[in-house]
Amino acid sequence: MKFTKNHEWIKKEGKYAYIGITDYAQQQLGDIVYVDLAEEDLVLQQGDVLCAVESVKTAAEVFMPVSGMVVEVNHDLEEAPEKINESPYEAYLAKITIDDESELDGLMTEDEYNEFLESEAE
Amino acid sequence: MKTTPLTSVHESLKARMVDFGGFYMPVQYTSIIEEHNAVRNHAGIFDVSHMGEIAVRGKDAIRYLYNLLTNDISIIANNQIMYSPMCYEHGGCVDDLLIYKNNDEDYLIIANASNTDKDYEWMLNNSKGYDVEISNESDKYGQIALQGPQAQSLLQQLTDTDLNEISFYRFKDNILINGITAMVSRTGYTGEDGFEIYLKTEDTEKMFKKLMELGALPCGLGARDTLRFESALPLYGHELSDKITPLNAGLKNFVKLEKNGFIGQKALIEQDEKGVEVRSAGLEMIDKGIARNGYEVFNEKDEKIGYVTSGSTCPSLNKNCALALISTDYTKVGTFVYVDIRGRKVKAVTVKKPFYNKKYKR
Repeated sequence: MKFTKNHEWIKKEGKYAYIGITDYAQQQLGDIVYVDLAEEDLVLQQGDVLCAVESVKTAAEVFMPVSGMVVEVNHDLEEAPEKINESPYEAYLAKITIDDESELDGLMTEDEYNEFLESEAE
Repeated sequence: MKTTPLTSVHESLKARMVDFGGFYMPVQYTSIIEEHNAVRNHAGIFDVSHMGEIAVRGKDAIRYLYNLLTNDISIIANNQIMYSPMCYEHGGCVDDLLIYKNNDEDYLIIANASNTDKDYEWMLNNSKGYDVEISNESDKYGQIALQGPQAQSLLQQLTDTDLNEISFYRFKDNILINGITAMVSRTGYTGEDGFEIYLKTEDTEKMFKKLMELGALPCGLGARDTLRFESALPLYGHELSDKITPLNAGLKNFVKLEKNGFIGQKALIEQDEKGVEVRSAGLEMIDKGIARNGYEVFNEKDEKIGYVTSGSTCPSLNKNCALALISTDYTKVGTFVYVDIRGRKVKAVTVKKPFYNKKYKR
């Protein structure tokens, strides 16, 4: 699993990858009440807006960690957006194809991400 | 950033803290929805020590406030409270206030935290020719709002004063609660029955902890906002501002246009006679999406008709709603409008305000 500075995670499985938001992100947002899911078959570049996650207080955009195409979105979240609060690393937002696997190398490992969070907190 | 007498309590409860109008305040302790539901179903407590308190004393206090405020302060009795906007000459709002009447020569004005200094200056600048003394006493008070259907039964355990004697928008000063002298009013900002308790700063923490001990859940500004929003209570900076008059905000009941002179009267009468062009309307989202502050609102022809001033999910109603300042051509209940949410036009319908029927005990 790799991480971004915008608090997304991406997990590669075979030729696909799953994308979600980190535990830190869901804690910061608080009660998540709505997910504005991406459209399937959408082709996006690294850094493009993938979808939006809305808590009671605010709407947060989720960005593509790498370039690729959305092949599936997690429809379970339409009825149960709180799953992101409960298990952020299982409640994926989208399953994508990866255009260029080398883009993953530019993302943070878990240790690097934890260090990044600590440096942000200071 | 300013702190309150309860800052260390919030920190020990691990609340998420933010800068709110220059104050270091809790947004939430555990969950906005949990805190919201505690107030709707049981009882919650809020640190509202950031609110401003400005005393007006002197022989001309009534005459002065009559001129300063849009509502008619001369009609309230001692120990009664009145809500009123305070306007500029052009009709926009300086602030919206609660006025506590001790007697004809002694009033306490409760102001929005971030407006207190501005209000105080405005009040001083408009006091020429009146025999009044105006003093900003905000730092002398701690304030706790105890809100919810169980607020009274909970507070009654701590005092010999019969709380039934304090009816809606009334207050009593110098009552003894848990051995602490306080001023208590039956007021709030949640749409539920409840009280606001004014304390000496040094007594505030003890009172907050006692109320927690009796089962009141600490609630942050997040829940305060969703609660007031469901009840369609205006929030300065959103539904009211220096550019939004009380008539735009739908607060005509609190503007006595027929009064014998007050600041902003001329502009407000003119606006009323011409007819207000934009007014605050309640919207309920029909299609999926949450409208947020600042999002633009369109008609069926895709013409811009206004913008959202507050928008949220309504935890008590299972709906997404918004307050929007839109052209009065579209404020009739049942009109379809469209909110631009991240580039998508999401259908909504105008509905009656408030979204949640207030449960005040009168």
